[in-house]
Amino acid sequence: MEDAGFIFGSYLLTFATVALVAWRYVRSGRRLARRVPDEEKYWL
Amino acid sequence: MTTTESKLETTGVSTSATTGSRGSRILGIATIIAMGWLVAFGLGFSPEDRDQREAVRLLYVHVPTIWIAYLAFVVTAIGSAMYLFTKKKSLGWDRLAGASAEIGTIFVAVTLVVGALWGRLTWGVFWQWDARLTTTALLFVTYIGYLAVRQLGGTHEQRARRSAVIGLLAVLEIPLVHWSVRLWRSLHQEATVLGTDADVNMDGLMLFSLFVGVVAFTLLYVWLLMHRTRGMAMEDYLDDRGLDEALEARRAEGEPAARAEGAN
Repeated sequence: MEDAGFIFGSYLLTFATVALVAWRYVRSGRRLARRVPDEEKYWL
Repeated sequence: MTTTESKLETTGVSTSATTGSRGSRILGIATIIAMGWLVAFGLGFSPEDRDQREAVRLLYVHVPTIWIAYLAFVVTAIGSAMYLFTKKKSLGWDRLAGASAEIGTIFVAVTLVVGALWGRLTWGVFWQWDARLTTTALLFVTYIGYLAVRQLGGTHEQRARRSAVIGLLAVLEIPLVHWSVRLWRSLHQEATVLGTDADVNMDGLMLFSLFVGVVAFTLLYVWLLMHRTRGMAMEDYLDDRGLDEALEARRAEGEPAARAEGAN
């Protein structure tokens, strides 16, 4: 069914995009956090 | 590896190499659960529509992503206003504005792509220069511009001031996008939930599925915002520190020459 491809594709695309963004934020955060002293991290 | 980085890693000053906290971890788990519910309701439990049939399932991601993008841009405007109009001029407000705009722009991009796929199913074409589609694309381009302005050179304060002005102006596009279907003749359907008559014309389970989508994307937005603002705070800190170190190095380079001149 043509509709199913579009529907599943849309969900897949949405979740893949947000997962990629989340992964990038966490990864860059980890990389930066290694170079910053803990007293500068207000969330700890 | 920079000198600062190696110094911190060898001395063990930085023990928590993460932007996560207890709150963000709880929020992350809640987001994953809510997303699971969204898939279950959106693709499973929700009934098909009388007119759109199965294609209605796209509503549960398309509508929440644009609503959360609106919310993100309103937060950007609030952060911008707080930076510009408060005495303290805290860069924290600027980072909140910038992080929110970044996430909002990603959500608008998702809305446009999912909307194009939905358009192909219901109208037979991916794109039309229709009022709603065009104004949404304009909103996307505006915030790309906002993010580009944030990347221009200068101090953090200059960045904050420039982008705050744009952040306050850009938010005015949201009512234009939302009401475009009423202001101009449009292919896009009018608002089903946030209409002017306050009457929701939707099946109960469909409405609940939409609600699950809104909750899931709101949680995701807050989670992303927490991580991004923390990342930006560290980028600013390292920027300042890098500048201080460069100035120190420059002064140290000049000292022997000055001393030699003094001796002569």
